[in-house]
Amino acid sequence: METNLCIAGFGGQGVMTMGKFLADATCNATEKKVTFFPSYGAEQRGGTANCYVVISDEEIGAPLGDVMDDLVVMNAPSLAKFLPILKSGGTLFINSSIVSDDISRSDVKLVKAPVTEIALEMGNAKVLNVIMLGVYVGYTEVLEPEVVWETIKHKLSSKPKLLPLNKEAFEKGLVLGHSQK
Amino acid sequence: MARLFMKGTEAVAEAAVRAGCRFFAGYPITPQNEVPEYLSRRMPEVGGVFIQGESEVASISMVYGAASAGTRSMTSSSSPGIALKSEGISYCASALIPMVYSNFARGGPGVGSIQPAQQDYFQATKASGNGGFQMMVFAPSSVQEAVDLTYEAFDLADRDRNPVCILADGVIATMMESVEFPPMKSNVEIDAIKESKREWALVGHDFEKEKRAWIEPGHWQTKDMQKANEDAAAMYLEWEKDIRVEEYGLEDAEIVLTSYGISARVVKSAVSILRAEGIKAGYIRPITVNPFPYGAYDHINYDKCKAVLNVEMSIPAQFGVDVKVGVKDRCPIEHCLCSGGNIISRNAVLDAAKKIMKG
Repeated sequence: METNLCIAGFGGQGVMTMGKFLADATCNATEKKVTFFPSYGAEQRGGTANCYVVISDEEIGAPLGDVMDDLVVMNAPSLAKFLPILKSGGTLFINSSIVSDDISRSDVKLVKAPVTEIALEMGNAKVLNVIMLGVYVGYTEVLEPEVVWETIKHKLSSKPKLLPLNKEAFEKGLVLGHSQK
Repeated sequence: MARLFMKGTEAVAEAAVRAGCRFFAGYPITPQNEVPEYLSRRMPEVGGVFIQGESEVASISMVYGAASAGTRSMTSSSSPGIALKSEGISYCASALIPMVYSNFARGGPGVGSIQPAQQDYFQATKASGNGGFQMMVFAPSSVQEAVDLTYEAFDLADRDRNPVCILADGVIATMMESVEFPPMKSNVEIDAIKESKREWALVGHDFEKEKRAWIEPGHWQTKDMQKANEDAAAMYLEWEKDIRVEEYGLEDAEIVLTSYGISARVVKSAVSILRAEGIKAGYIRPITVNPFPYGAYDHINYDKCKAVLNVEMSIPAQFGVDVKVGVKDRCPIEHCLCSGGNIISRNAVLDAAKKIMKG
């Protein structure tokens, strides 16, 4: 069993961090093989950023697969760019706050999450990636939520003030993801 | 030790520290900036020295100096940066100075692209500078292997008094993977390594001329230069015993895929898929690309093998030229290539293999 995930969005939306949290949690808490591969050019905040996470029971061949089982899209340009590589029957997670385009494919499952709006309601736009991570984990159950939270907690250990906000963000995402199963 | 989840660049840097490397000089270039970044933090923690030189040439020259003083030393760069360092690498080879460098290769030629490539194969294996010297060149295909080979590279460099190259690429550099580290060499061990170089290294010698150590990247007398070339050539022949290669399924293979480094792991997964689909595919992955395991290609059953498929991230093929030497016209060689920063696609490899099997 191998899961190929692509997370794509604007630079600054935390797509790399989201991928790293997920991959790191997999490494820490399971016996599975995992790779994280960031793809970026000479880009900066506001440019496009995307990363690939592969989680597998077997040795991983390509850290950058040809087709994705899951695709997380945080902005509209990424939808156009990456939708073609989502496999038939795969799952598309969109940031429905800013990705309003009609999805041109009917052969994929769609999970909508208005993570920008939720983050703004919570008073900190930066947590949208942690909400989306919650949505992804809640929907796919790829890992136990506790395991993922432990990793987030560890990664944020130098900024303990941010923990309650991130916990709330992650939990909101979990509920939202789980509700769309 | 628990496994850690780390970037290839940082893992290679930590492996060097654990192997007793206490001097690093480098100059920034994508996609390996995390090597100097990591070591700028880490070297002071272990009493080592980190220097960001004013250029690539300065950095490699500092490594030449530090290694001449008996300290395990390293530099790192990416393709165009390695080209600039070639003068110093050649000087180290000529002066019999052990050092390790890593090349996290990107697209070329020239400034090329900042994305991963395998276009420095000839540069690494045939001519990393002037004068026809050779180095052992390791080509890791995972972060773990990059760690293990870097750790060992320092021993081999010291054994041979010669540079050793870790030939990786931008994927190994930037990807994160789980890794377990070899043990940290103690200060006692590091001191003993330095002491073992007393005969030739600049570790403090008596003033009398015959007792001095003498480091020189060349010889004034042509007979001395030729003698140095002959000694080096004899050493290169001894590397036969150090050849490392991974082989799979060659006895009954109807098609053999061959590749190295990052491409090889993609190829390996393609071979499992082909086998699962009933195609008898085999696999050869050189881990040392110099010395090159030409003999591995003698293990192919040429009565059954229709073709060898060479897979690499270089257009035109470079690794494929060594494969041709190994195959010796015993069957056709086909190529599946990409270049310029594009990463090899498993589907492209599968398509190329299936096309051969149908043809």
